[in-house]
Formats: sequence, C-alpha cells, structure tokens
Amino acid sequence: MRFNHKRPLMALFMLIAALALAVGISACGGGSSSSSSESTEAESTETTGGEETSEEGGEGEAITSNPANAKVSLTIGSKNFPEQEILGEIYTQALAAAGYNAKSDLSLGSETVALKTLKAGKISGYPEYASTALTAFFGLEPEEVPADATEAWEKANAEFEKEGLTAFEPTPFASANAVGLLKTTAEKYGLKTISDLEGVSEELSLYGSPECEERIDCLAGLEKYYGLKFKEFKPVDIELRYTVLEKEQADLSILFTTDPELAAENGKFVILEDDKHVFPAGNVIFVTSKKVAEEAGPDYEKTILNVQKGLTLPVMQELDARVELERQSPAEAAAAYLESAGYVE
Amino acid sequence: MISALAGLPLAVGQVGEGFFKERNGSACVEHRSHLFCFEWAREHIGDYATPALQQLELVVISVLIGFAIAFALALLAHRFRYLEPPLLAGTGILFAIPSVAFFLLLLPITGRGRETAIIALSAYTLQIIYRNVMVGLHNVPESAKDAARGMGLTSRQLLWKVEVPLAVPEIVAGLRVAVVSTMAIATLAVFVHAGGLGEKIYGSGNLNFPTTIIIAGVIAIVMALLLDAVLLIGQHFATPWRRAAREATA
Amino acid sequence: MSQALLPHPLFAGFGGAFEFIFSRQTSNVTGGHKVGGIDQVLELALRQIEVSVVALALAMLVAIPIGLYLGHKGVGEALAIGLGNASRAVPELAAIALIAAVVGVGFWTLVIVLAVLGIPPILTNTFTGINQVDRPTIDAARGLGMSEFEILRKVEVPMAVPSVMGGIRTSSINIIATATIAPLAGVLTLGNFIINENVYGANGVLAGAIVVSIIALIFEFALAGLQRRLTSKGLRLQAQ
Repeated sequence: MRFNHKRPLMALFMLIAALALAVGISACGGGSSSSSSESTEAESTETTGGEETSEEGGEGEAITSNPANAKVSLTIGSKNFPEQEILGEIYTQALAAAGYNAKSDLSLGSETVALKTLKAGKISGYPEYASTALTAFFGLEPEEVPADATEAWEKANAEFEKEGLTAFEPTPFASANAVGLLKTTAEKYGLKTISDLEGVSEELSLYGSPECEERIDCLAGLEKYYGLKFKEFKPVDIELRYTVLEKEQADLSILFTTDPELAAENGKFVILEDDKHVFPAGNVIFVTSKKVAEEAGPDYEKTILNVQKGLTLPVMQELDARVELERQSPAEAAAAYLESAGYVE
Repeated sequence: MISALAGLPLAVGQVGEGFFKERNGSACVEHRSHLFCFEWAREHIGDYATPALQQLELVVISVLIGFAIAFALALLAHRFRYLEPPLLAGTGILFAIPSVAFFLLLLPITGRGRETAIIALSAYTLQIIYRNVMVGLHNVPESAKDAARGMGLTSRQLLWKVEVPLAVPEIVAGLRVAVVSTMAIATLAVFVHAGGLGEKIYGSGNLNFPTTIIIAGVIAIVMALLLDAVLLIGQHFATPWRRAAREATA
Repeated sequence: MSQALLPHPLFAGFGGAFEFIFSRQTSNVTGGHKVGGIDQVLELALRQIEVSVVALALAMLVAIPIGLYLGHKGVGEALAIGLGNASRAVPELAAIALIAAVVGVGFWTLVIVLAVLGIPPILTNTFTGINQVDRPTIDAARGLGMSEFEILRKVEVPMAVPSVMGGIRTSSINIIATATIAPLAGVLTLGNFIINENVYGANGVLAGAIVVSIIALIFEFALAGLQRRLTSKGLRLQAQ
C-alpha cells in the first residue's frame, strides 16, 4: 500500500486555511468605510437652502442639505499623501451633507497627475497648495511667491482662469516642504538652518519623492539658491520619508511642516530653518473647473469655503496625527472634524 | 451640545473641547517599526473585505479565461502535433514577461482598470495550463487508448471519454499552480487601478505601516491556499476511478 | 521618426515610448530637467540585471546543494515540495513593501529578499529531478561499483538537468519580475520609470515596461538555450 506523502500536508494546509478564515470572519467587526471612491449618503436636515443658521460669533455655519443639489454629481480628488486625502474627504463629506451626490477619488498621484485628471474632466476638483501651483504649474521662482495667503491665491487664480479653471479662497493653515533630519544628526553637525549645510552637504544623502528632484521648491531649489550639492539624492515614496531617517539610511529627508511626527516622538525629528525662503508656504486652495462650478450652483463654493474655515494649523496637525500616527482612515478623521466643529450632526 | 449646557457659545468652525489628543507614543500604531498591531487589526479588518473580493474576482475570471484558451490551444496542438512547439514558445513568452510590465504594456490599448488586469493575468496562466494539459494528454497510457479503439470508439469519443478524463489530474495540477500564482500576482493590479489587496499595501499611508502589509499579504496567501484546496477536492470527486484504484491496491 | 514608422493610432503610444528610450525628453515637471535617454535607461536596466543575477546566483547556491542532497537521500519531500507550493502564494509586492518598511531600503536587503523568493522553485525542482531518477538505474549504477557521489554526478544530475533548469528559469522570471518593483525598496531599477509617471510621463512608463520585457525575454531565451546544451543527447531524444 502506497502512502501518499502529500495528503497529510494538504490536509494540514486546509485546516490552517480554514482556521485563518474563521478567525478572519469572526474578527470582522463593523466594516468601516475605506477611503477610495465611496458615495457618502447625503444627510437630510432642513430643506430650505441658503439660510444662515445663526451661531453666536461663529465663523462658519452648519451645513444644510439643499435638495436642488441632488442632481449634481461631484467627484473630489486629492494628491497622494494623507493630508491631501483628509482634505479630499472633508470636502466630499461636506458637499454630500449639502445635498450633492458627492464621491471621492483620492490619491491620484502628484500635482501634475492631479491637474491632468482635473483637466480631463475625470474629477470635479481637488485641493492644491497655492505655492505648488505657482511654482510647479506656472513657473514662478520661489521668491516670486507672495508670502500673503490672499495674494498668492489671487495670483494663482489669475493663472488658473486662463485655463478654464478656478480656485477658491485659501484655508487658514499653510504647509511647506522642509529639510528634515534626526535631532542627533543636527546636533552632530551643528545644523540649525539650511545654510548651515554649506560644506557639509557633500557628505550627506538626501531622500525625497521622485518629483522632488525637478521641483524648484525642492531639490532643484536647494541646488540653485543654496548652492548645495549632496552626496546623493535618492527618490523614495513620500510615505517612507520618516522611515528612511529612522533606519538611518537617509541623512536628510524632505518633510512637510504640518507633519505630526515633528511634534511627537520627543523631538526625535527636526527641520532646518529655511533662511533663504526657498520653500514657500502654501495655503490650500480648492481648484475646480469653471464649468463644474457653474453647473453645481452657489452651494459648491459656499460649502467648501465654509467647511475649511475651521482648518487652522493646530487642527490640521491634529487631523494629520490621527491618520498618520493613529492610522485612522482619512474618512474617519474627516468625519470627526466635521462633527466636532459643528458642521454636521 | 455640551457647550450649550455650559452656557458658552461655541462657534461653528471651531472644534470642540477634547478634539486635540495627548499622544504619549504608547499606542502600538504610533511606532513605525512595530511589526503588527492587533488592536488596529481587529478594528479595521472589515476594510479588507472589498479589496479581497475584488482580487478574488480578478483571479477567478482570469483563470477561467486562461483555462478556456489554454485548453483549446492544447487540444489543437494535440491534434496537429506541429503546432506544439510554437504554442509552447508563444505561451512561454507571455509567461516570462513580468506582470507589472505586462499591465503597463496594455495601458495604451485597454486603459486603466479591471479589463487590463484580467487580460494580463489570463495571459500569464496560459503557459502553465497549456503545458499541463499537454503533459496530461501525453501521459494517457497506450493500453487505455488501445482498449478504447478496440471497443470501437471514434477519435472524438476517444478524446472526450478517455484521454481528457485521464488527463484530469495533470490538468487540475496545472490549474492549482495557476490559481495560486495568479492570486499572488493580482496584488500588483493596484498599478493599473484595478483594485485588489495591493491597494492596502501600496496605497497612501500604507507603505510605512507593516501591519496593513502583513494583513493584506496573509489574506492573499490564505485565499490562494483555499482555492488550491477547493480544486484538490474538486479533482477528488472528478476522478472516482483513482479512489477505486487506490482502494484496490491498499 | 517613430510616428512615421507606426502610423496606426493603436501603436502611436509606443512610438513615444521608443523616443523616450533613445533620446532625452523634456519632463513635464518644472525645472526643465530632461529625463529618459539611452544612458538613463541603460543605467536602470543594468541595475536590474545586476540585482537579478546576484539574487539568482545566491538562490542557486543555497537551493541546489540542499535539493541534491535531499533528492539523493530521498528524504524531506514534504519540505521541498511544500516550500515550493507555499512560496508560489507569496505576493511579491507585500514582500518588498514589508522589507522596505521594517528593515529599510537598500541593495543587499533587496538581494536577500529576491534570493529567498527564488530559492523554493529551484529547491523543489532539483529535489524532484533527482528523486525521480528511477531506482533500477541507480541500482545498476551501484552494481557497477560507483560511489554515492559518483552516482549523483554521473547518473542523477544529468537526468535531472531539465527539471533543475526548469526551476532556475521559473526563479529567474520571478526574480526579474520582483526586481521591477524594487524602487519601492529604494533600489532604482526599470520599475522606476513605471512607478513614477509624474516624473517620466506616460512615455516613460511604457518605455520602462518595454525594456523590462525585453530583458526578461533575453534571460529566458538564454537559460532555455543553456538548458538545451546541458541536457544530454539521450534525454533530448527521449523527450522527442
């Protein structure tokens, strides 16, 4: 009688697989929504739109659902990192609360991909940083980017209008690129500002996103305005910007000023001061096409401007922390913000 | 709202008390280097259902299509022997091309999405299944074929009543390999926006979070093993004579 | 040039990709840096080949001796076969991403991961190749007074060549395919063009895919040719 060696092993595999599946199913809690294209249910409250609910001293107002908006479909996009996805979710959920048929299509890619997608009509709009728009799309040098948020927006909007697009007014908070490193490295080389890197940078490696190499508000600017040459520039995914510092593979890494990691972890990570202002800070402006804005009616711009009034720097950092540190989904963080700030029930 | 009870007006647009949390870094997920955070996994396991089903769908459809084509090609080559080497070479080329590259080669023609992924995955399975069907048909013992011819079976009946059934074990072996390999490769479908578990690995916020990578990977592996088991059981029922033979020789 | 050669709109996209391979293009990102061109393509291609060859060599170095030993002794079938089956189920994207997140990015970490992924097919096929040499042949060899090692070298290995080479070819395909997504682990291979469309454009993506496919096919043909040469005449005749 031949004993088939394969049967017991196969049976064992099947048992393990069945157990794993059973565990998986039993652990299946209430499914929380994922961040990719989901239709959020419109919350129906009072039916008359355009009415201002008076909240004492409030800057914003609670969002009311306008049934006239139900026939308008909007797709809100975002770029490919958490802060962008949170913003995308906030706008999507707010517009849905206002009665629109709104869904999200997040994490499209970098700014060039997002703009391309917008122009192709595949999304209705997405949040862009005014500084990025001015330097990456319209070819301004960093020094030409206005420091004042309103000026920057006006300048960007003027350029967008030439292409049939339009940008809404800016958020309270601004974010900028930054050269970051471990505190220990900064102490070792005595670095406080980016200019301090002169003479030292040849020994140091810089890690950044692939598009950073060519952007004037990133590596290209560091080379041009600070005259810095690095030992090497290595492109890595934006998501790994802290991992590469932590694993001590990168001496320097391109970070964002709104990153929650900078406030956490006992100051493990620090950023160098941008003394020559090569990294302009950008407030977020919502870019959309004029056609979509017209078809969507007045509530489109009104809701977006309304809902972003609460996005101060501390609030944005807190939201970033929830997603990047606590690993909440952007949708969860957005919902928490809308509720806590009183925009939705 | 609490504010109303306290008698203090809270403006809309200002977040409430307690919105800002103290983080002392004690939570598992706050550390990039923690390999697996059970708490987070337990809470978020439901998020993996849709991607997992998307991937399962991709794999099943692709293997079915690949099987249909490969089987047809093998029958052709069985009949017209001269076709065998070129078909083997042709399917071999499809197999050798890295799947990511294949997805993107199709991009200008079929665009982003599920169709592209399915075409590429089906092409990948062709060589595996084709080869196994050919081997299965080759290995049919002459004695069985002689006996069938002796009984007066036509060529066609010989094929479908004798050769193919006897080739089933080899065919199923090929299907099992195809299914498992395709499930692993289907994670790359994220690169053509076709969904699947790859979105939980490469999607935003995931690349620096080992827990989600592990969960997605394990789910893919488990699904592969389950499909493998299903096919094995299926084969067991499709070949009753092997069971009888085994019992006879026991 | 390429537009004239490939007039069909379906293939017009490929024309742009071929231009990308051979001449530097202006990137559609500011800075005006040029991307593409034959030197950049070659640099990434060589890196991919380098990584793949080293990983494959490592995998062979580990898997073949173990496979020979186990196959000759006839033990460890469950391990050799089970490992082969199990490794087929591992999604390469998860392996690469996990290594990048946990260990970090780098050349040698990548090579080790690739080698580990490449070991099972070679191990399984070496084992089955040796193990399936039929007993009468081996007994005859023993009867002729050959030592165990001689049996292995003169009888079992030649008969196992097709199987072993089959395993190596499978591993090579897997390794090259995984090396394509190596940029996620910080090693810049041709996948860099594919993953970063925002820098290299749609032409770059396609160019990367084309060059990777060509390299994979070259490896495959080379190994197939090697297999044909190494397979003894007798076995080749038998296969026909």
